[in-house]
Amino acid sequence: MLKVDDIHVYYGQIHAIKGVSFEVHEGEIVALIGANGAGKSTILKTVSGLLRPRSGSISFLGENIHHTEAYKLVNRGLAHVPEGRRIFLQMTVRENLDMGAFTQKDVSDKDIEDVFRRFPRLKEREKQIAGTLSGGEQQMLAMGRAMMSKPKLLMLDEPSMGLAPILVEQIFDIVREFHAMGTTILLVEQNAGKALAIADRAYVLEQGRITLSGTGQELANSDAVKKAYLGG
Amino acid sequence: MMDFISTLISGLSLGSIYALIALGYTMVYGIAKMLNFAHGDVIMVGAFAVITSVSMLGLPPVVSILISIVCCVVLGVCIERIAYKPLRKSPPLAVLITAIGVSYFLQSLALLIFGSTQHSFPKIINMPAITLGELTIRGNMLITLLITTAIMAGMSIFINKSKTGKAMRAVSEDRDAAELMGISVNRTITITFAIGSALAAVAGLFYGTTYGFIGPYTGSMPGIKAFVAAVFGGIGSMPGAMLGGILLGVIENLSKRYISTELSDAIVFAVLIIVLMVKPTGLLGKKVNEKV
Repeated sequence: MLKVDDIHVYYGQIHAIKGVSFEVHEGEIVALIGANGAGKSTILKTVSGLLRPRSGSISFLGENIHHTEAYKLVNRGLAHVPEGRRIFLQMTVRENLDMGAFTQKDVSDKDIEDVFRRFPRLKEREKQIAGTLSGGEQQMLAMGRAMMSKPKLLMLDEPSMGLAPILVEQIFDIVREFHAMGTTILLVEQNAGKALAIADRAYVLEQGRITLSGTGQELANSDAVKKAYLGG
Repeated sequence: MMDFISTLISGLSLGSIYALIALGYTMVYGIAKMLNFAHGDVIMVGAFAVITSVSMLGLPPVVSILISIVCCVVLGVCIERIAYKPLRKSPPLAVLITAIGVSYFLQSLALLIFGSTQHSFPKIINMPAITLGELTIRGNMLITLLITTAIMAGMSIFINKSKTGKAMRAVSEDRDAAELMGISVNRTITITFAIGSALAAVAGLFYGTTYGFIGPYTGSMPGIKAFVAAVFGGIGSMPGAMLGGILLGVIENLSKRYISTELSDAIVFAVLIIVLMVKPTGLLGKKVNEKV
């Protein structure tokens, strides 16, 4: 479904991604794990078109997309929940969801109701300005907003960041639910334990390179991963 | 008392013209993150389009107004495409200087085509004055007030309710996030320039009707005043631009009538300075609360 082949990404002079290749197949949950600054978010931004690779190729559903503008990819079924959620803080919860459905020809109330059923807290706060929501609610809004575009591939960047453990559980439950509905998922996480537990396959990223890959289980049991990311 | 009321009404009428221009400033600032200092000169181009089509080509007023709006929209979109779009990732100073360059370019172009003399603006709004007891309201003021109020109400509904309006707010708040929703940032900026320039054309029409004469530099003063109005109300905020524009017109007219004609502009700018000292974000400007 998604095939990233030997991409190199630069921020000015800084060589952030040094030849990364990976694949996501339809129906999988794939995790990218790694320390802060390893380049995980950069990879997602490059896939969604916010950054351009200097070399290498990215294909999505069989078409090359590394020259495609970001906004055109949404309609093709790619959704990206960026790091820090990036919801529209000055707009209402409902308006945020409407923006999520921007590319949809007609937004039925059913789509909105689906999101509200999954996130009842958002329904309670439908008319509230999104900036007044708590961190957990904002994360739910960001995920609900992404689902409004009915993506085939959902990319989540650190969905558990800054959330209380009970909320982290909830967020991962929701990721599983989305997956059960048939959405393919590419998950970037610092919380390696949680990510590996739900991932079919995972890649370990270190300083802009992929150093390890395997099934979630294999990596969770690997000594190197245990030592570096799972606290021994 | 009647004198005060009639000064107030002409102030409201002038202020609503400033508000229309200020809306263009503030929308472009909010969405394209730049100060379009050529915005005032678009008013002048719009006014000259009316003069040309009515006085020189003899076209009916309604047609000339439409021509003026189309000219300004095309001009605004071209300015954005040619001058500003290539600088989208450049430092703000480069964009600012380019905008000033575009402003001089338009003024010089008008100077070449129309010469430096003031051209009289055709009387295309023919509405008799209305007398209410001792109070007389000039017809063109009434029309100005009515139409600008309708436009401002329409703009509020558009920006709050329509899909494009919401997309404009989304781009204004977070460009990358908007792009990830499938919103084309470039298209949204083009639409913003088109709307801002259409408003400038209407403002040019009313400005011409109010003052009666148009020259190549006519646009710069209302342009600066509208910029002040936008900052006054809180730049980036549409209700702020409307409020700022109207207050500015009223303050200007009241100080012209009761304090001094010469000092009226100084008073307007002094009020701006005081407001900014008390509330640096302007009257309705929001403090950006960044929550990560």
